[in-house]
Amino acid sequence: MPLLNLYYVGEKMKKKIFTFKFILLGITTGLVNGLFGSGGGTILILGMFFLLDIDEHKAHATAISIILPLALVSTFIYMKHGIIVWPVTLKIMTGGILGGYIGAKLLSKIPEYLLRKIFAVFMIIAAIRMVF
Amino acid sequence: MYLILIGFFSGIIGGMGIGGGTLLIPALTLFTPLTQQQAQGVNLLSFIPVAFVALITHFKNKDVETSISIPFIGLGILGSIIGSFLAVKLSSHILKISFGIFLFFMGAYEFFYKEKSRTK
Repeated sequence: MPLLNLYYVGEKMKKKIFTFKFILLGITTGLVNGLFGSGGGTILILGMFFLLDIDEHKAHATAISIILPLALVSTFIYMKHGIIVWPVTLKIMTGGILGGYIGAKLLSKIPEYLLRKIFAVFMIIAAIRMVF
Repeated sequence: MYLILIGFFSGIIGGMGIGGGTLLIPALTLFTPLTQQQAQGVNLLSFIPVAFVALITHFKNKDVETSISIPFIGLGILGSIIGSFLAVKLSSHILKISFGIFLFFMGAYEFFYKEKSRTK
């Protein structure tokens, strides 16, 4: 397989890759992920759905393969500026790995639409508290 | 101990695939003395090992479309460098407010998200 394809053959159709929208989506994903330290994946998955004919499961897996190197670059720049707090991160990671495992198990037991609504409300409350 | 708990809850959300980071960062800035930049750094760094492990599984299942990811990584790194330098240069207060506005729209998107909303 060549490293750079001009077309992506999706589920039902062939889509041209290097369009203006594609380039814009790629740069925006990195910009948001670097600026806010999160959220790049959500934008990327949403964008891929609209621009490319990609299956949801593959979109999620592909998004992780893209965000991982971007997170490495951003972490390196943050580290160079001395804003990586190792002891806090290690504690968050310990809880996070355990929680991630439980979350993946719980996923099949709680309806997803309900979860999304609950977390959306939390996000909006947190957003308002951060701005004011 | 409460740090492990914050990590635990954001891990549950992340494990469900709803983006744990977008709630981890406000939890850290609202409940701990960390600055906005430091909270973002915690999320970026803690994402790396988790994503690495998940990626191994996704590669084994052949779910990663490398024809898409390679050009996106190139473009994304360009954006990441600009975004990260902007993040470290901005004041924590301004970055926190900007993040709040961004979070509001992300929350609104999640709230109105529909499973089959994509237009084919």
